[in-house]
Amino acid sequence: MRHTRSILTITLLAAALTACSNGTETTSSAGATPDKLTVIAHDSFAEGVDDSTFAAFTEQTGIQVDVLAAGDAGALVNQAVLTKDNPLADVLFGVDDTFLSRALDQGIFTEYRSADLDSVIESLGGSDPHVTPIDYGDVCFNYDKGWFDTAQIPVPSDLEAFKTDVYAEHTTVEHPATSSPGLAFMLATIDTFGEDGWLDWWSAARDAGISVAADWDTAYYADFTRYGGNSSIVMSYASSPPAEVIYAEEPLTQAPTGVIEAGCYRQVEYAGILAGTEYPEAAGELIDFMLSVEFQEGIPLTWFVFPANADAVLPQEFIDYTVIPDAPARLDPSYIAENRDRWIDEWIGVMEGS
Amino acid sequence: MRRIRWGWVAVSVVPVVFIGYFFAYPLFRILTLGLSEMGAGSTGLQARLFKVGWFTLWQAVLSTVLTLLVAAPLTWAVSSFDFKGRRLVMALVTVPFVLPTVVVGTAFVALGWRDSIGAILAAHVFFNVAVVVRTVSTLWTRIDPGLEEAARVLGASGWTVFRHVTLPLLRPAIAAASSIVFLFTFTSFGVVLILGGFHYATLEVEIYRQAVTLFDLPLAASLAIVQLLGVTGALYWYARYQEKTAVAWTLERGSNRRRARGRARYGMVAAVVGTLAALAVPLSVLVSRSFDSDFYTRLFMADPVVGVPVSSVWNSLTFAFVAMLLATLVGVMAATVITGRSGQISRWFDLTLMLPLGTSAVTIGFGFIVALDWPFDLRASAWLVPSAQALVAVPFVVRATVPTLRSIPSEEREAAAVLGASPFRVWREIDLPMVSRAAMVGAGFAFVISLGEFGATSFVARPNTATIPIMIFRLLSRPGAVSFGMAMAMSVVLALMTAGVVLAIDRARFGELGTF
Repeated sequence: MRHTRSILTITLLAAALTACSNGTETTSSAGATPDKLTVIAHDSFAEGVDDSTFAAFTEQTGIQVDVLAAGDAGALVNQAVLTKDNPLADVLFGVDDTFLSRALDQGIFTEYRSADLDSVIESLGGSDPHVTPIDYGDVCFNYDKGWFDTAQIPVPSDLEAFKTDVYAEHTTVEHPATSSPGLAFMLATIDTFGEDGWLDWWSAARDAGISVAADWDTAYYADFTRYGGNSSIVMSYASSPPAEVIYAEEPLTQAPTGVIEAGCYRQVEYAGILAGTEYPEAAGELIDFMLSVEFQEGIPLTWFVFPANADAVLPQEFIDYTVIPDAPARLDPSYIAENRDRWIDEWIGVMEGS
Repeated sequence: MRRIRWGWVAVSVVPVVFIGYFFAYPLFRILTLGLSEMGAGSTGLQARLFKVGWFTLWQAVLSTVLTLLVAAPLTWAVSSFDFKGRRLVMALVTVPFVLPTVVVGTAFVALGWRDSIGAILAAHVFFNVAVVVRTVSTLWTRIDPGLEEAARVLGASGWTVFRHVTLPLLRPAIAAASSIVFLFTFTSFGVVLILGGFHYATLEVEIYRQAVTLFDLPLAASLAIVQLLGVTGALYWYARYQEKTAVAWTLERGSNRRRARGRARYGMVAAVVGTLAALAVPLSVLVSRSFDSDFYTRLFMADPVVGVPVSSVWNSLTFAFVAMLLATLVGVMAATVITGRSGQISRWFDLTLMLPLGTSAVTIGFGFIVALDWPFDLRASAWLVPSAQALVAVPFVVRATVPTLRSIPSEEREAAAVLGASPFRVWREIDLPMVSRAAMVGAGFAFVISLGEFGATSFVARPNTATIPIMIFRLLSRPGAVSFGMAMAMSVVLALMTAGVVLAIDRARFGELGTF
């Protein structure tokens, strides 16, 4: 009995103390300078963040930056929507075209137009005033150069080639319902062949023997001939060949894999200020910082995507070992949002025959 | 009588508050939110729902049965016999249990086991053999040899003794292990995605698809409720079964293992070597790939993107330690409550504690972020990680301790009480020594689960402190031979740590606690 009471007292005391320390936070107005800002981002961004990532920003403004990891891009946006009345952070980074409409429709962002928007690559700009493009990446077929050298067959140059078993039997793509490159490539086929023709391409590719993996990891590290699999072509990223060089066991003078320009899809990633923040002004400064040449030039080697700022100079590996496709496919976010579920269902209907 | 009841209430406060705050409340909030009109409109899925629900059920039942069958020989060997390296065997068999799905998935795919129901079942058995071996052997080791000897003296053959004496006594532990394996496989996600190609979907996969990809929260919430109902039904059946079959009998405090002789010796060696060899096949793929180059050295070097990979070891150990303490405290208290009273209340309490294992990670994860900003904002706190892990680990502590607690004959307690011992003293002198060993098994499981946990925490907004599975996931999500090799090396490190921790706990568990 006595034991119980003292344990209870301690628990209550602890709860009271925590509540007190929480209550001391001061409320501030929009223009005030906070001690820290919180960025909520998808895992792959949060993973690359270390002490130096925002050091220059902290030096300029005196504001610390904390980063929260919130799962994949879909989970990130959903978390922001679910917590919009009491947001977890001040800035959200990592929403892409496929999820942008959901974020905008749910009104999670407050408007912000960075003064540095002029420096953004033209084709990426002009989007909604609630978000700022920070980087882009092209989802593209990668091929195993060694395999093609041995097999003595040409590397395919258009999507028609995948309707023949010569190529389809050695190709793996990802499932659009479970994988973001999978979804991107499905959108690329819609952009290329139109609503009327895209399913014909898929059914021809299916008949010719194309493989589907659940996610990128399985496609790349299990199916790809470079890692002991059976597919000499896998759906990956334009930045994968430079990564193969940078993370090679022995130093390489040329990339072991190459990019096929046909079927590429451009994913743009945006940052936005969360509507519930107490510090919209400081949050805007943070977005400006993320657009600055200094931050942008660090993007390729940290996150393996390309800077949105046209003035940022690419690292040599990204110039030597890959191509930036001239005309990658891209669809309007609201068009994607309206049709995505139906497209995926239709795709499943063709590929799984149900 | 009144005094005991008060003690019971006091002990139940901690587990009730824990499970209420970290499970029931977030679950309630997210389900009510989902069922209101937030999110997109429902798309017709009834036909698919039946197909998905049926597949989820039958593959879980089949996986559970197969796991029991595969684990049986080894369980018999480690429970009945003392042999050199027995503890090592127990530690090694635990390794598959903690390996991240994505790593095992890659190994299975490399072996060509994929795109089939066979691959899914094999992976489920691979992951869960440890659950059966460890849970059942804890009880089996301590069966009073007098019972078996008596049967043998009366002329029963070895098989008859096993079927009519040993097996009935083991039923509570077998049921406990089966219930856990069932829940794990019923809510299987990564294995089904990676090894099932795109031909199979469990409810868990469908909930993820609806909640994350399509953001159809009403449909996701409905599916989560179907999943919860299925899990609750299975657990209710299990609870009834366990109460009916539990027999109080004298447990030996030490072990009754003996040296194997004659034919039994060959059987024992075959069981141990055969099981370990089967489990080693996918593991050997990992190990051989991790040695292709100097990947282990690279784990200690700073990488521009992920930092120093081994730093995740420290993060993992810290989280796992906190989660273990939390889970053991809550779990042992809960087990005391469950066994202290029979009847409806404790049956439902037992069931509620098991539910987190059978609830989809995405449901709990989203529940956390909509609910846990009250009374203070825990959503972005580092404490949320071990709390989420403890939630998954508590059922293991409970399952490990309940069979032992139930088996303590009430005469022992009554005798002590008659002799003037207070309820607390009765608990300390009678229950604690018996339960401490089972609790250590549970604590070990809790630690190991926390080391390998990925699902529940991956949906929580968390400070960027990578644990080992998250580090492996990071390395595997970028191209390059070195990234891949380092991920394999990191997985081997995780496997070795697991084996080490289990070995240490197995060694320590006859320590001071057991002798007072």
